[in-house]
Amino acid sequence: MLDSRPVLTGEHFVKGDVAVMEGAIAAGCRFYAGYPITPSSEIAERASQRLPLVGGEYIQMEDEIGSLAAVIGASCGGAKAMTATSGPGLSLMMEHIGLASMLETPCVIVDVQRGGPSTGLPTLTSQGDMMQARWGSHGDYEIVAYAPSTVQEMFDFAIKAFNAAETYRIPVLVMADQIIAQMTTKLVIPPEEEIETVYRPIPDVPAEEYLPFDSSYLVPPMALAGTGYRLHMTGLTHSDAGYPETNVPGQEALVPRLVRKIRENEEKIVEVEERLVDDAEVGLVIYGSTAGPGWEAVQAARKEGIKAGMLRLVTPWPFPRTPVRRLSEQVDAILVAEVNMGQMVHPVTEQAECPVHHLGLPGGRIFHPNEILRGLRKVVT
Amino acid sequence: MNAATITDRHPGDVLLRRERFPHIWCPGCGLGNALRCYVEAMKVSDTPLDKHVVVSGIGCSGRVAGYVNIDSYHTTHGRPIPFATGLKLMKPELEVTVFSGDGDLITIGGNHFIHTARRNLDLNILFVNNFNYGMTGGQFGATTPYAARTTTTPYGNFEQAFNMPLLAAACGAPFVARWTTLHVRQLKEAIQRAFEVEGFAFVEIISPCPIGFGRKNRFADAMDEMTHFREGAVVDHDADLREVGITMRRGDPIVVGNFVDVERPSYDVGKRKLLQKVREGLP
Repeated sequence: MLDSRPVLTGEHFVKGDVAVMEGAIAAGCRFYAGYPITPSSEIAERASQRLPLVGGEYIQMEDEIGSLAAVIGASCGGAKAMTATSGPGLSLMMEHIGLASMLETPCVIVDVQRGGPSTGLPTLTSQGDMMQARWGSHGDYEIVAYAPSTVQEMFDFAIKAFNAAETYRIPVLVMADQIIAQMTTKLVIPPEEEIETVYRPIPDVPAEEYLPFDSSYLVPPMALAGTGYRLHMTGLTHSDAGYPETNVPGQEALVPRLVRKIRENEEKIVEVEERLVDDAEVGLVIYGSTAGPGWEAVQAARKEGIKAGMLRLVTPWPFPRTPVRRLSEQVDAILVAEVNMGQMVHPVTEQAECPVHHLGLPGGRIFHPNEILRGLRKVVT
Repeated sequence: MNAATITDRHPGDVLLRRERFPHIWCPGCGLGNALRCYVEAMKVSDTPLDKHVVVSGIGCSGRVAGYVNIDSYHTTHGRPIPFATGLKLMKPELEVTVFSGDGDLITIGGNHFIHTARRNLDLNILFVNNFNYGMTGGQFGATTPYAARTTTTPYGNFEQAFNMPLLAAACGAPFVARWTTLHVRQLKEAIQRAFEVEGFAFVEIISPCPIGFGRKNRFADAMDEMTHFREGAVVDHDADLREVGITMRRGDPIVVGNFVDVERPSYDVGKRKLLQKVREGLP
C-alpha cells in the first residue's frame, strides 16, 4: 500500500481525484495546501497520504484563501505546488490567483466543479466555474486552463498544467467536475522516463545584475527564496527591479507583459480534439465530462445522416480561437453543449462566422446523448 | 580611542535598500524604530542574512518588506502568515519573519493567526500595533480600544479590542512578548529570542501613529504618544495576561515584557516524530 515511488508506473483502477494527484506528483509536485471540500476532498486525501512518502509536504489550511497563499509561498521557495477545491473554495481563491499572476509564481489549482451558485449542489456536477476561472480575479491577467474528459486525462492534464505553470510562471487551472473526479476507471501511468516535465527558468546571473521582473524577457527567470538574490516581490504594480511603481508608466510597463506572455504563446498552448470535422456541416463544441455524451450524440447523428463533427476544448483558456473560427467557416451552425446556463458559448459566438446555438443544463447531471442529438437535429433544420 | 571617520554609508545600510528611501511613513511613525530593531536583531543572529526572509501583508507595516535588503515578499491583505507557512514548510532552513500590522495580522488575517499559533509553525511574528488602519486613513480595527475615536468611530469605538498577548498565549504560542517602540533595546532582544525559539514566536510592538490614531485621541503629536508609552509602560514579565489589555487612556498602564517563553513541540518536530516510523517501514 505505502509506496514511495513518485511515479506509480502501471495500470490502476482509480477515481479521477486520485489520478489527478498522481499526475501532479509525477509532474514533480511536492507541496499541497488545501481545505477539504466536496467533491475534491479525495485529492487532499491522496496528497496527505502520498506527499510525505515522496519527500513532499501536505498541509491542511484553515480556508481556501490561506491554501493558495501557502501554495504561492511554497512556490517562491522553489516547490512545484498545488491546491484543489470546488466552486465555493475557488471563489475564495480569486484573491491569490491575482497574486500568483502578479508575482508570476507557478502553481496549479484543480477545480472539481459542482452545482452553484453558493453552496449549491455539493455532490453533483456542473461546468459553472468556466468564466470565473478566466475572469474571477480583478484586473487584467491571463491564465491557462485544461478541461479533462476522462480519468486518464485527469492524470495527463495535471502534468500539462504543471508544465504550463512552470513555463509561463502563471497559475494554471485544471477544470474538472464531479463526474470525472469521482468516476473510477482504468488509469495507465507511463514509465517515469516517458514523462516530460518542465521547471521554471531560474537566473544564472550574479545577484547584482538580477532583475526579478526583467521586462526584456517575456517570462523572466525566477530567483528562489534563500538563494542569495535578496529579491523583493510585491503585489503592487512594480518595476523590473521588483519595487512598487504605482503609476501609469509602471502599469503600462508591467501589465501588458503579463498578458502578452500567454497571448503571444497562444498557438503553442491551445489544444483541441477534433472528431469527424473534415466533412461536418454542423459542429458540436464541447469540453470536460460532457464530451462523452457529446461523442455518442455525434455518432448517432451521423447514423441519421446528419453530418455532425465534434470540437472538444482541451484548453478552454486561452480560448481556442483559431480552431473554432475554422470550424465555423466550414459548418452551417454550431451547437455548444455545457452544464451551465451559457458560459463558453460566449467566446464561441465571438469567434464564429456561423450561427451559434446553446444547449445548457443548470447543473446536477450531464446530458443524455439523446438530448444533444435532439439539439443537433434542431440546429440543422 | 579611534578617531572619528566620515562615511557616506550608515552602518545599518547593509540591511536596508537605501535606494528606496525616503520611506513612505509619516513623521512620528513608530515603524522606523520597529524596522531598526528587526535589522539590528538580524545582524547579530546566527542565521546568515541570505537565509533571512521577511513576508508582509498590506498596510503601512507591509512596506517594511520593501526596505529590508533580504529576500522579501509583500503579499496580500491579511495573508502573510499563510504565504510564510508555505515558504517555511518547503524551506525549513530559512528564518522566516512575518512583519505585519494590526489591521492586516489580526483583523482581516485573524483566522490565519490563531491557526498558525495553534499549529506552532516555526515563524517569527513581528506585530506592529498602532490601534488603527493607518494607510487607509485612520479607521478602527480589532485592536482599537473601546471608545477611541477613528474616522469610522466618530462617536467612539463601540467594540472591544483584542488583548493580543492573551490571544497568542491562549492559541499556544511558545513565545509571547510585548514592547513599545520606545523600548528599542528590549525589543531588539525579544526579536533575537524570537529567531531562536522553535515555534510560533510572537512579538507585539506598540507603536505611535500620530496622524491616524494619536491626534483624534488626545495625543497632539508623536511626542505625546511616546510620552504616554514612557509614563505608562510597566515592565512585568510575569503579568497576568488577562490584565494586559490596552486602553490608550492617559494614566492607564501599558504592561510590557517577555510574557511567555516555554518549550512546546513545533509543527516540524511533531510531524517528524509521526512520519519517522512510516518512513522506516517503507520498502
